Amino acid sequence: MTNIADAQNKNNSLKIQGVIRALGMLPVLILLAIGFQLLTGKFLSVNNLSIVMQQASINIVLAAGMTFVILTGGIDLSVGSVLAASAMGALIVSLVPGIGWMAIPAGLALGLMFGLVNGALIALLALPPFIITLGSLTAVRGVARLMGEDTTVFNGQLPFAVIGNGSFLGIPILALIALTVIVACWFILRRTVLGTWIYAIGGNHEAARLTGIKVSFVLLFVYGASGFLAGVGGIMSAARLYAANGLQLGQAYELDAIAAVILGGTSFVGGVGSIWGTLVGALIIAVLTNGLILTGVSDIWQFIIKGLVIIAAVSLDRYRLKSGNRT
Amino acid sequence: MTPQEHPLLEMRDISKTFGSVVALSGVSLTAYGGEVHALMGENGAGKSTLMKILSGAYTPDAGGDIRINGTAIQTGSPKISQANGIAVIYQELTLAPNLTVAENVFLGNERTRRGIVDRAAMREETTPILKRLGVKFSASTQVASLSLGERQLVEIARGMSRGARIIVMDEPTTSLSSSETEKLFDVIAGLKAEGIAIIYISHRMEEIYRLSDRCSVLRDGHYVGTLEHDDLNAERLVSMMVGRDMSTFYTKEHKPHTGERDIVLSVKGMTDSRLVKDCSFDVHQGEVLGIAGLVGSGRTELARLIYGADPAVSGKVFLNGKDVTPTSPRDALAEGIAYLTEDRKELGLFLDMSISDNINISVMENDSGLGGTRRFGKEEARARQSFENLEIKSPSSKITVGSLSGGNQQKVLLARLLEAKPKVIILDEPTRGVDVGAKSEIYRLIDGLAQQGIAIMMISSELPEIIGVSDRVLVMREGVIAGEISPQDGKAIEQEDIMRLSTGPSASPSGDHPRQTVTA
Repeated sequence: MTNIADAQNKNNSLKIQGVIRALGMLPVLILLAIGFQLLTGKFLSVNNLSIVMQQASINIVLAAGMTFVILTGGIDLSVGSVLAASAMGALIVSLVPGIGWMAIPAGLALGLMFGLVNGALIALLALPPFIITLGSLTAVRGVARLMGEDTTVFNGQLPFAVIGNGSFLGIPILALIALTVIVACWFILRRTVLGTWIYAIGGNHEAARLTGIKVSFVLLFVYGASGFLAGVGGIMSAARLYAANGLQLGQAYELDAIAAVILGGTSFVGGVGSIWGTLVGALIIAVLTNGLILTGVSDIWQFIIKGLVIIAAVSLDRYRLKSGNRT
Repeated sequence: MTPQEHPLLEMRDISKTFGSVVALSGVSLTAYGGEVHALMGENGAGKSTLMKILSGAYTPDAGGDIRINGTAIQTGSPKISQANGIAVIYQELTLAPNLTVAENVFLGNERTRRGIVDRAAMREETTPILKRLGVKFSASTQVASLSLGERQLVEIARGMSRGARIIVMDEPTTSLSSSETEKLFDVIAGLKAEGIAIIYISHRMEEIYRLSDRCSVLRDGHYVGTLEHDDLNAERLVSMMVGRDMSTFYTKEHKPHTGERDIVLSVKGMTDSRLVKDCSFDVHQGEVLGIAGLVGSGRTELARLIYGADPAVSGKVFLNGKDVTPTSPRDALAEGIAYLTEDRKELGLFLDMSISDNINISVMENDSGLGGTRRFGKEEARARQSFENLEIKSPSSKITVGSLSGGNQQKVLLARLLEAKPKVIILDEPTRGVDVGAKSEIYRLIDGLAQQGIAIMMISSELPEIIGVSDRVLVMREGVIAGEISPQDGKAIEQEDIMRLSTGPSASPSGDHPRQTVTA
């Protein structure tokens, strides 16, 4: 049967493509790491790698939420602002005598709330995610400034400071949180019905509705999750800095999160992608930032090089996948 | 015009292999000027590959050649094929809707004067071609404002502007209404009279009978044979295409229960804000109710209203006497109403997901474990059962559904519907883009479902299919049910009865539509 043989061939080539896609940018990450080691001689030290993980951790958490959103074909531009508002909330609560322990739940709840509002507007009013979250990017930034009356809130005795600066078995707690988030997201995406629905909606929104999937519920979930994880990011950065500033904290974080997701091979129109790709994407960004600092490149050039590497890496990836498709 | 002595086009001994897969093996095809040469075969038989070799998109394996007027031409170059007068009109049109007709005709081949695009010259050259085709629009019309059928004519005009002598049409009528189809047939007759050879690919027997002078059949990459117009008949063609006897193309072994008590689905006064007006009808247990009508008569719109996919202005849906009027597809499915979309790629399948996921997607929540975790074992068992029940041909349920043939994709969608254990199934063009062998299997499936007592509504634009499968036919026209036809005294429903009702006098704006009941 030529048909069966044909399909089997296709099956095999799809498997190979799947592996290539899953590996995706991993070779790029490894090459970058080796390159910076050769240039600086200290990049691959245990100490520095621990710093890289720490630096990557917040972006990993934001990018994990962003992966959910982009898989449904949406976008969440508000994560940086939500992170700032959550951090402000957590710090303010931590300063209230007696209920300081409420700081973490307060920060998380704030993030979740903003995310759910985004989700509700997008799902129930059927408004475009780009516009809604562009609006909340600005509005929530305002809320964050309002919360601290436009000043920096500081708490030298932060009850949850261990999150930001402690470590467990030599691994920074920030990195452990990030990895836990990634594993949880993997579980949701690959092992639950909800995860399958997320892929289905991104793959074919109208077909998902016609097949009886609760599209509004799923959208509420992904934007809620993105907001909640921005809340987690807010706690993480508050714990690290002992302080938060509504104006400056989290500025442009959404761009790094989006870049990580796209570097990770997730399709910008939704339906295709993996959380492991996002992890690799976020690590590439962290390695670039850290490596460029170690080599002593000026701040200005760091921006230029980072941007170009992102473009080059993604175009290389797409080119490779396309040529893979042709056979 | 009588066909000429010497063939205009000869393709001799064409083979093509992709890796280890043989797509074509020693296929030959000749076409004379002034001839419509139909090309038939199941999906995957090699028709498209052969035409892509003709158009220069593929290079054939060594050994064969293509001759135009007896002279061999270089293969594998779209430019050279074009220069030799070969034009291919693909199913997916390649027009830029934001440009005018003339600009599209000369797209990539623009007339310029001193380096500046000369729109006037392009218009002047396009106008006589449009006149030859006898079309209503002008060279300066924007393509976006044209219907699908008219756009196809623009594609033909493009081919003619390049001096095409051989025009290939790949299932040109798939998305045309019947008046547009008629228009296209007139154009084809005109092209024939000019001595142009037309290679016409279609799955529709009607069209083949009507248009073709000869019909060649391919099967599994091999040339099977060519029939002259007078020798054409459905059974012979089908058996050539599938390689076995197909005396039972349609299956109708089910017996509908037609008593008052056996009404499963009852639709009352269904109306939407645009087209559908006051549609009421019943479907009985084990009955296949055909819904005929022209494209645009509101059949799909009505189906989507019953399924809750679009909001109704008024109207109710009753299931076994209970009001279940759904407000979403999820509602409808929960009540036991399932809908098979006419556009399986855009509205049905998740092409990047596996076959198993596509089958299980609407029911996986029901047998999920704690916290909505998926039970892959159960899902795999369901998929395997569906493979067996519906004869889905695929080496594995793990591969993406996009890699299946049209017929198997359709079966996967059907499998998904059946998992919801529906009492009513609405099938919208269930055999569109499906090859002949799979068509017959789908008819058998429909018959089997009716035997199980499921009430079935089947929308179809293919009249032989409607007649071959349904127990009763409703005909829609301009959003209303124009009439109902049922066979009586063993006399079958005639195509003419359906056509008369679906084209009939145009509906009066007052909304006063006396429903005709025709008994054959």
